[in-house]
Amino acid sequence: MSINCVVKVGMGSCGLAAGAQKVYDRLSELHQQNPNLFRMEKTNCIGMCYCEPLVQVDMDNSSVIYGRVTVDKIKAIYENHLLNQQILNEEVVYSPDFDAPENSFLNEQTKWALRNCGVINPESIEDYESRGGYSAVKKVETWTSEEIINEILKSGLRGRGGGGFSTGTKWQLAAKQVNERKYIVCNADEGDPGAFMDRSILEGDPHGVIEGMIIAAKAIGASQGIIYCRAEYPLAIKRLRIALEQARNKAYLGPKFDIYVKEGAGAFVCGEETALLASIEGKRGMPNKRPPFPAEKGLWEKPTNINNVETYVSVPVIIMQGADKYAAMGTEKAKGTKVFAVTGKIEKSGLVEVPMGTPINKVIFDICGGVPDNKKIKAVQLGGPSGGCVPANMLDTVIDYDAIIKTGAIMGSGGMVVMDETTCMVDVAKFFLSFTQGESCGKCTFCRLGTLRMLETLDRITKGEGKIEDLDMLEDLANEIKNNSLCGLGQSAPNPVLSTLHYFRDEYEAHINEKRCPALQCTALIRYEIDPEKCIGCKLCKKNCPVQCIEGELKQPHKIDNEKCICCGACYPKCKFEAIKKY
Amino acid sequence: MSETPANEAVDVSSIKDIVAKYKGKKEGLIALLQEVQTVYTYLPKQALQYIEAELNYTLGELYAVATFYAQFKLKPSGKYSIKVCKGTACHVQNAGAVMDELASFLKVEDGETTPDGKYTLESVSCLGCCSLAPAMMIGEETFGKLNGEAAVKHVKNFV
Repeated sequence: MSINCVVKVGMGSCGLAAGAQKVYDRLSELHQQNPNLFRMEKTNCIGMCYCEPLVQVDMDNSSVIYGRVTVDKIKAIYENHLLNQQILNEEVVYSPDFDAPENSFLNEQTKWALRNCGVINPESIEDYESRGGYSAVKKVETWTSEEIINEILKSGLRGRGGGGFSTGTKWQLAAKQVNERKYIVCNADEGDPGAFMDRSILEGDPHGVIEGMIIAAKAIGASQGIIYCRAEYPLAIKRLRIALEQARNKAYLGPKFDIYVKEGAGAFVCGEETALLASIEGKRGMPNKRPPFPAEKGLWEKPTNINNVETYVSVPVIIMQGADKYAAMGTEKAKGTKVFAVTGKIEKSGLVEVPMGTPINKVIFDICGGVPDNKKIKAVQLGGPSGGCVPANMLDTVIDYDAIIKTGAIMGSGGMVVMDETTCMVDVAKFFLSFTQGESCGKCTFCRLGTLRMLETLDRITKGEGKIEDLDMLEDLANEIKNNSLCGLGQSAPNPVLSTLHYFRDEYEAHINEKRCPALQCTALIRYEIDPEKCIGCKLCKKNCPVQCIEGELKQPHKIDNEKCICCGACYPKCKFEAIKKY
Repeated sequence: MSETPANEAVDVSSIKDIVAKYKGKKEGLIALLQEVQTVYTYLPKQALQYIEAELNYTLGELYAVATFYAQFKLKPSGKYSIKVCKGTACHVQNAGAVMDELASFLKVEDGETTPDGKYTLESVSCLGCCSLAPAMMIGEETFGKLNGEAAVKHVKNFV
């Protein structure tokens, strides 16, 4: 029996949510029966969230990943594969050795930032080192600050948090400041609803982020690092703390440069860098005017360099592989790779890393398998509440900061939400606006009140109470908010409305003029009828109607009295026979 | 946001050691409030008054921070929190229906606690389980691919 067999269970937040803990516990029991048969390891998300829980079995010369593993399946894997070397082919989702159903999902990607996610045990520094970890820190030991910055400048790396500012230039500005105390801050306050790239990197490769920060600290001459992480990511915080302790024990961190984790307390605006700094100082996280930029006067008035998680994790691999190799990928102004969290109406939801310059189409259809249930794709939303929609006919747009801005969306931090014909674009705009409206810190009047007025207007439109003049008013107000807000939150809050108004004005008009929601999503505008062919007369809808507007005897087709119906939709999900139709 | 119920007895001695740690450390306010909240499940007025007296803050400064961040609660929470994700992926997969069904089943609104003090129903931004949308958490356990009916069933089965 060989101990060369390693079984890895994906234990990221997504895996755990899908039941990975139960699988791990069952496997542990089996392991106890036969401890010399295999070694057990925990790893993080490999990005195939749609197949979680994932279990990888590496044996001698073979490697397979099993998907959607249950407690029963892990027993079958144990009995067949581990005990008898019989791979359960039909349960395998990925294998480098043969043609498995999900091979294309991983093979079509180019993993630089996600290089270790789902591969190493994130709680083991030795695992990280065995994959070349901390060799970039060793490589730059003899480099000057200028040499490091030049390498990063040459790589063309730009801030991956959404701003897209040149990382090298940012470092240069902070390095130039003369001050005995400087800070390095990692923005891990990933707040965009629908984006979870940074969580996955922090959970899956915490040392990668730490190594990037160590290199940045050397480049700018900082002695203290802080990782500002959302409190909603408890697993990421736990793994970061473990990693920091390990790095201290191995003297990668020490008196010359150390890092601590600061937990956020739930405020989206803290993703804005000046607000984030205020929050670290223990204040309300409200943004301040720039300049002075944090590079000049940041945390406690000292020069401070802020980058996000994906930016820092890209640094060590750029140093090791060389800036030229990184810059060889991408377009003229956007180099390297970008990670996207692909979600919504999509067959294969998960994390995807592709070179800049890849068409959006390729990500949605070739890698993620397109829209399920033969529905038609309507748009892809990029950049979350600060971004906009790219409509279906423009999905050949390539992933590049400028090309995406031309469509009215933004690259953002990497949220890519796919919407199909059943998604109402007015509702989507309202959703994003209600998010930013709730998160506005209240400092600027236009952001505080303007977004509220816009939200009320959208609310009226989705209830069929809109006026056609509302659309011009929305556009005017949107532009005022953009021009009169201090920080990125207010300046970008109207984008989802402007972008949907631009591409889907007809949907807004249908809500206003025809009191109709084309996607059949806005409750107040939907009418219901019962298909007498399909109705078996079970009375379930009738029982759940709050206004008794459904008539019909047992085992006879029922009928909705549209005069009395209040369109609440209570009957719709109750019908087991799809007899109730929306129109 | 209403404050601590007047009849609530709050024993501030249980946060004495926590508060002492933060003496003279202005930047630690958020971390201090986070620690205090883990003791009481919320920030009672008496606790804030105690911090005001012990450390160099005005009550106004403390409330300014406590009301700014979503994490801080000024009312006691239920034993278990039911967090319904309202992230983008969940929204487009009809998380609204999940919230509506739970609210009508528990007879509380978003943000409220059931009269028996067992559950607090709240909507939260992205839980990070977008591939399981729509998702919710009851206590520490996550449930995915929900609809209204399934969500109610999970609450009923939750012990």
